[in-house]
Amino acid sequence: MAKLVHPRRALSTNPLKSSAPLGAALAYLGIEGAIPLFHGSQGCTAFAMVHLVRHFKEAVPLQTTAMNEVSTILGGADQIEEAIENLRKKSAPKFIGIASTALTETRGEDVPGELREIIARRADFADTRIVYASTPDFAGGLEDGWARAVEAIIDALVPEVDPVWHSPELRQVNLLVGSHATPAEIEEMVRMIRAFGLTPIVLPDISTSLDGHVSESWAGTSLGGTALADIEKVAHSAFTLAVGESMRPAARLIEERACVPYRVFQSLTGLKPVDAFVRTLMGLSGVDDAPPSIKRDRSRLLDASLDAHFHIGGLKLAVGADPDLLFALSSTLAGLGAEVVTAVTTSNTNGIVERVPAETVILGDLGDLERAAKEAGAQMLITNAHGRHAAHALHLPLIRAGFPIFDRLGAQDICRVGYRGTRAFLYETANAVQAQHHRARPEDFGAAPISEEFEHVPPTASH
Amino acid sequence: MGDALKQKIQDVFDEPACGQNVNKSEQQRKKGCAKPLTPGAAAGGCAFDGAKIALQPIVDVAHLVHAPLACEGNGWDNRGASSSGSQLYRTGFTTDMTELDIVMGHGEKKLFRAIREVIEAHAPPAVFVYSTCVPALIGDDIDAVCKAAAEKFGTPCIPVNAPGYVGSKNLGNKLAGEALLDHVIGTIEPEECTPYDVNIVGDYNLSGELWQVKPLLDRLGIRILGSITGDARYRQVAMAHRARVTMLVCSKALITLARKLEERYGIPFFEGSFYGISDTSDAIRTLCRMLVERGADPDLLERCEALIAEEEAKIWAELETLRPRVEGRRVLLYTGGHKSWSVVSALQELGMEVIGTSVRKATDDDKDRVKEIMGDDKHMFENMAPKEMYRLLKDAEADVLMSGGRSQFVALKAKMPWVDVNQEKHEPYAGYMGMVDMVRAIDRAVNNPMWADLRAPAPWEEDTGPVRVMPELRGTCPVSGVSNDAVDFEDC
Repeated sequence: MAKLVHPRRALSTNPLKSSAPLGAALAYLGIEGAIPLFHGSQGCTAFAMVHLVRHFKEAVPLQTTAMNEVSTILGGADQIEEAIENLRKKSAPKFIGIASTALTETRGEDVPGELREIIARRADFADTRIVYASTPDFAGGLEDGWARAVEAIIDALVPEVDPVWHSPELRQVNLLVGSHATPAEIEEMVRMIRAFGLTPIVLPDISTSLDGHVSESWAGTSLGGTALADIEKVAHSAFTLAVGESMRPAARLIEERACVPYRVFQSLTGLKPVDAFVRTLMGLSGVDDAPPSIKRDRSRLLDASLDAHFHIGGLKLAVGADPDLLFALSSTLAGLGAEVVTAVTTSNTNGIVERVPAETVILGDLGDLERAAKEAGAQMLITNAHGRHAAHALHLPLIRAGFPIFDRLGAQDICRVGYRGTRAFLYETANAVQAQHHRARPEDFGAAPISEEFEHVPPTASH
Repeated sequence: MGDALKQKIQDVFDEPACGQNVNKSEQQRKKGCAKPLTPGAAAGGCAFDGAKIALQPIVDVAHLVHAPLACEGNGWDNRGASSSGSQLYRTGFTTDMTELDIVMGHGEKKLFRAIREVIEAHAPPAVFVYSTCVPALIGDDIDAVCKAAAEKFGTPCIPVNAPGYVGSKNLGNKLAGEALLDHVIGTIEPEECTPYDVNIVGDYNLSGELWQVKPLLDRLGIRILGSITGDARYRQVAMAHRARVTMLVCSKALITLARKLEERYGIPFFEGSFYGISDTSDAIRTLCRMLVERGADPDLLERCEALIAEEEAKIWAELETLRPRVEGRRVLLYTGGHKSWSVVSALQELGMEVIGTSVRKATDDDKDRVKEIMGDDKHMFENMAPKEMYRLLKDAEADVLMSGGRSQFVALKAKMPWVDVNQEKHEPYAGYMGMVDMVRAIDRAVNNPMWADLRAPAPWEEDTGPVRVMPELRGTCPVSGVSNDAVDFEDC
């Protein structure tokens, strides 16, 4: 069991975490026809937008209530109303997801109250669903913001169901995905669920909005995502599959609303976690056998583990990521004998950090990762693209994972879940080890180098 | 907002050297040159962003952001200012204020400790401390903390008071300039001054643009004494008061800084640009003329003309080889300000047709130049909605969009070539050699064989002729193991 430690210092060097409002925006982008709206000064939005664009290489619709000094002090309800009005005029979004920022939270506004009042008064806003999540920058990181936004979406859009009238669609399941799932990972989960004859409603679904595709027209909103009609149908699913411990409150909320039982999968990376997922899918679909493609994929993962364990066994790792991703990746590699010598995370709200296979987990930044990795003699770094500075300074290979990844293309295609994704991840890690060329020298073992007099010296050309 | 900051903002908005400002009424001037932001329709960074952009290129100092996470966490290491030395400026330092710091009022104490830690760990020549919305709102006095820290640790600590909510990026640039004037410039004396010392203000050496121009100055024996702030060392900025001439590069935002350098230290300044061939020549010519007026050897003028003649001839010869690759191409230019015309003439010279240029952030002078170069104002537009721009490109009314990163995907998603001409770009386009790089970039973009393939119809969009009749699907789905009929197959 890992202990969470807070380094005693005032200075944060090279931040690891991205902000909570950014996480909320990302979740909102997984809803069809959406525009996320930050309630804060325009800079909050500009920074987050640049961050998202650099990662996804996509236009990201993200707007701001453009708070200034006066509106901050007087309260920003008018700014919110004006923003909604302007967005509707310009882009006709079906959904606006509002996220608060440090600025408005420090002032302490009653946004939910104000918003209720605005929606009641402005009948013309009726065809845009508006959701608000409280996501101050000074509490938690991207994962927390994403989770708060998903809870806010459920709270606002999933209808309550009287248990007496509850008659679920037996082949329909909810899939709540955590902030660390890439579009390709969501696709892989969906593929597995469908292979059992089940139909998933993914919430939120960035696999259809941020997967990187060319659409036939220009829209000022998200280009895909969970349909609003499907969010209502969440109440009629037979079961909720939640991926990532951070999704537990959201799954519980659905249960409270609509009596849909749930199970949280803390990870879908690694043989055992995926086995648990498959076992659940077998139960849900009422079969005692798995489809051939799933069985084949499992058998391939076994083979990949056999090949990769030579390289991963004993490997000293330094991992820095949001809690759920940190747990998923480090427990997978620890399961093949790697040693997580340094673990750094971004938030203390997720209990999963206790289960990370390391002695301590540092609640810190990439400065901590670099320092601790050096002290512990780590051989490989796993963290987001900002880790390139540490990798460069320590001359270590870096596996890019999490957000942001801005210096490699195809961040949306990285898949490390399911039997297939785990297999790819094991190969990726083993290959990163093999890419480090080290030819053994006698000196490495304490032997003297071979005497120079034995070496053939080619004659120097006389012409 | 403290009274001092309010006063400062009033002060920078009242800029006698700015033509636009002088033409305003007293009432308008009070409002400042920032347009009020529209909620739901605002784009661009805040004042803090602007201040950071202007100061971060000082490469050897620690830039410490006093803020909750987002201000630095979402924004560090995201710009391409190049350094020929220290990499400290690319390290993200922040106090990462938590709820506890804010509620308990620990902000100032935490900042003081953070300054000590950064000095202990990196021993920088100075620490730049940035205020942001939250500490400004709860009343953290960063001036006092910086003063105390500087006295205690013996390292200059420069307070940069530009919290995001006071306004736009442009205002942040100005406030950054004020911080340099108040706390940095004039604090160190150069060992030796020459009559060839200049300040370059407003160039941030993005992707190395300053280095595209520097060889020209090197050959004329001109020394960049004060760089504000491209590839700058702290000492360089601190010595800027001893330069003979200031060149203000494409920047209305830092004009106050240039004017105050003139008022306080008697350094005359001029506005110039290194974008485009004739602009580069004009800038160098003016620089040399003003240096001679201030005591440089008059033979500088001859050497300057010789250099310009040689470089221009060389560059035109090089560009001429690219002419057949770009001639007749229709360019939509979406940048603004000075660049709305400064590259137009060069593109036209090479036979390209500029079908439109935006004049956002452009002055009346800029607009007159556009009219002059393009014949009329038909092709001049203020803002263009992404939807409209997409339509224009989709309908192939332009062959290439040249713009900043913000509209990148408007072009790409319309399957149209795009060339980055704003500050985030990865290739430098300054000076004479930069022009060749830019035309090469246009060539690379518009002549890529990929476009034809991408625009061709998909197999199912083509006329395939009569479709064969097939027997019904049979057998077992290899994925789900379910025996097939046409409906099941869809699911697996």
